[in-house]
Amino acid sequence: MTTGNILTTDSLSVTFGGVRALAAVSINVKEGEILSIIGPNGAGKTTFFNAITGTCPPTSGQVFLAGQDITAKSPDEVARLRMARSFQNLKPFPEMTLLENVLIGREIHMTTGILATILRLPAFFADEAEQKCRARDLLAFVGLEHRRDHLARNLTYGERKMLEIARALALEPTLLLLDEPVAGMNPTETGFVMELVQNIRRQGITVVIIEHDMKMVMGISDRIYVLDHGELIAEGAPHEVRANPAVIEAYLGGGTHAPTH
Amino acid sequence: MNGHNLRHDLFYYLGMLLICAPFLKSHTVYVPLLFLGVWGLRRFAAFAGENRTITGIREQMESLVMAHSSLTVGSILAIALLLPFVSSNYLIDVLTSAILYAILATALNITVGMTGVLVLGFIGFYAVGAYTTGILTAKFALCGFWIALPLSGLAAMLCGILLGIPALRLKGDYLAVVTLGFGEIIRIFLTNLNALTGGPNGIMGIKRPSFGVFALDHPRDFYWFALVMLSLIVLVVARLANSRYGRAWVAIRENEMAAGALGINVFRKHLLSFSISAFLGGIAGSLFAVKQGFISPDSFTFYESVLVLCMVVLGGIGNVVGSVAGALLLIIVPEFLREFSLYRMLVFGAVMIAFMVFRPNGLLGSRLITEEIKDSADDDR
Amino acid sequence: MFLQHLLNGITIGGSYALIALGYTLVYGVLKLINFAHGEIYMIGANLGFILISLIPAMPPFLQGNLILLLLAVVLVAAVICSLYGYYLEKICYRPLRGAPKLTPLISALGASIFLQNFVMISMGAKDRIFPQTIGMQAITMGGVSFTLLQLVIIFSSIALMALIYWFINRTRLGIAIKATSADPYMASLVGINVDTVISVTFMAGSFLAACAGVMIGLYYGSINFTLGYLGGIKAFTAAVLGGIGNVPGAMIGGFLLGVIEALGAGYFSSEYKDVYAFFILIAVLVFRPAGLLGKGANERA
Repeated sequence: MTTGNILTTDSLSVTFGGVRALAAVSINVKEGEILSIIGPNGAGKTTFFNAITGTCPPTSGQVFLAGQDITAKSPDEVARLRMARSFQNLKPFPEMTLLENVLIGREIHMTTGILATILRLPAFFADEAEQKCRARDLLAFVGLEHRRDHLARNLTYGERKMLEIARALALEPTLLLLDEPVAGMNPTETGFVMELVQNIRRQGITVVIIEHDMKMVMGISDRIYVLDHGELIAEGAPHEVRANPAVIEAYLGGGTHAPTH
Repeated sequence: MNGHNLRHDLFYYLGMLLICAPFLKSHTVYVPLLFLGVWGLRRFAAFAGENRTITGIREQMESLVMAHSSLTVGSILAIALLLPFVSSNYLIDVLTSAILYAILATALNITVGMTGVLVLGFIGFYAVGAYTTGILTAKFALCGFWIALPLSGLAAMLCGILLGIPALRLKGDYLAVVTLGFGEIIRIFLTNLNALTGGPNGIMGIKRPSFGVFALDHPRDFYWFALVMLSLIVLVVARLANSRYGRAWVAIRENEMAAGALGINVFRKHLLSFSISAFLGGIAGSLFAVKQGFISPDSFTFYESVLVLCMVVLGGIGNVVGSVAGALLLIIVPEFLREFSLYRMLVFGAVMIAFMVFRPNGLLGSRLITEEIKDSADDDR
Repeated sequence: MFLQHLLNGITIGGSYALIALGYTLVYGVLKLINFAHGEIYMIGANLGFILISLIPAMPPFLQGNLILLLLAVVLVAAVICSLYGYYLEKICYRPLRGAPKLTPLISALGASIFLQNFVMISMGAKDRIFPQTIGMQAITMGGVSFTLLQLVIIFSSIALMALIYWFINRTRLGIAIKATSADPYMASLVGINVDTVISVTFMAGSFLAACAGVMIGLYYGSINFTLGYLGGIKAFTAAVLGGIGNVPGAMIGGFLLGVIEALGAGYFSSEYKDVYAFFILIAVLVFRPAGLLGKGANERA
């Protein structure tokens, strides 16, 4: 595999009982880029995320993260290798506060063991304080710091999406996977998230986004992959993909206009 | 409240009366009165839920208690320490019993409450702990209590790990049933392995321990010892709860998939919570053995498992203090209702259902430690 | 000897199968184990006792037709139990639809305790002996001794299973149940009243459990209020053995469990009779959670 790629997949396939959700998808993600994966509904985009994170092990093919084969690894192992993801159908921890939600993401960075916890040694307090501080910074980054002691179940939809991102960032990932981060958002909120993603990239984190919102996809992506029916049908810079006839066909079934909205 | 609703309710209750009638025989007459009471209670509850004044008063009381939590805990502890001086030996015995159950409830809470795993055979760990102490100190007289105590905990923990490794991979319902099977198998083995466990007669002559010169024979002394153990255990569990471990467990309870995606090794954390629960259960068992002086398989039935589960649920799932409160409630209150002991379990069952339907978070709520949380449902929206 | 145990096993197994069907049907539509189902079986047995005790009070011309009366007893007990099932669902499960899995489980436990104690208070804690009825004489054929009652029980169990199979696969309501089991949301979208379907599922399962209860009462001759616990666990084991959610699986599982138990008690030790079920349960859940006929793995996703 080529250097400079933080993630590569090699003929990744996922089959459930006769349905080929992903068919021999080979993708590479360059370090430091913002990559978007688009495609009509049911194209296999979320399945792709599930396959590379180990949520749903692939039927065949391989996944490499920074050169390491992670195909058989479980989601928590993958997270510890600093690949974080957000979920399309949001999964906040409802009975925990926002701060606690993000603290879960800090779990892999915490250093105190059971004994130190029970005995409340100074190391415990130092660890807790530092992680809480980092968590608050993350909440501030997504604009939720003032609500940090509120229960997650009382958040609005948009706030939940922001929490999802903050939580994923808490892992201090090198690669961040965002599954439809602006679905259901209005243009202002979308703009906020677009800026957020660019800020994230500026911190050196590679971002891969699954999205339908073309304003976002065309606006901030360096490269785009297009999936349809589980297969890769196009790849390239935004302007290339936009004009690609196969892509237009997939989205509009033979219409003459590129997907824009 | 329109006419259709009333008629519907009537048929509903009439149907219930009909199917209960064969069992009630001559008492059938009283049941409509009971139903009337229940129906009235539900109407009142609906009304009270809407009524501003009533909910306001309740909220004020809750915040008052929570704002002065250390004072509350301190005063309760002080009362607990002084109680033996004003109680008969019988009452002290009941209180000690309550304390042991409180330890059990606190232990079970780690798995059921915080981690969200339903365990139905928890009493098995209690039994393993009790019998380990009984066998080591009385039956084969191998060592004293102070060595047997941690060994009992470890023995129970070992069982917990052995059970947990296969069982914790299963889905909730199945896991619950497997733990039930575990509890029952333990009891059946205890009843049948005569050479080791004394069979149905159990083990007798388990002596109370002594602190050097202070023997713990007097009920009052043992009560204080148990109180100290309870305080230690509650402290340890509370500290675990308010740390990365407690948070990880609750995260697993709330959403296992998300917890895994954030780097938490769910299976290991499950095993950890299960083992700690088992260990503490074993410790409680050891205390039980020396308190009673004799043990037999009859003390470790499924009914006991359910009782402890009730305490956890009623007190507030996941709430450390809640488990203790639940235990105290379910041991002490029935003492005052001795005449009604026949109906006790009936009421238990009904209360369990009622709590799940109306207040699944239990008496003290489901936060790990009851504390003031800004529940922004009412404000800045 | 072997045939003897086999026959006894099939007799008991039929009842396990009937009760197991209740578990499996409810699991199919609600993805939930109805822990209180065993108590319904126990109530059926007790109702059978109460009703049979009324027989001597019946006018003599009816008494002559004992077979018909017994049939009526079973029917009445089953109908009343199906109402118990209805109320159980309405009070303990329906308000908790959509709650985390722990909540309805505890509610079911509460219902189980309530029902058990309700019957205990009413019927007393001691065993109740069924009055002698018909078909109790032992017949010996080819070294195997059995009673007419046993044959009747076996055939009735099979007949009831055929009935439920027909109901699930050939009637509109039954197909609605299958649809709801497959996908409740889609079922509601095509116009199926999911609430009604769930109620009917509970009622059908309770009906079968009650029949099993009366039959077991007649077979063993004595019942008490604790039947539900052990019977429920064993029937649940049977359902899991066959594959929870799978109707033919429950039937097969029931017979299989009955036979294994009878053979185990006959050849090894009858003291540990009850443990066989637990061991089978744990073994199945650990090694093959999907059961014999089940499809998907039941492990945590």
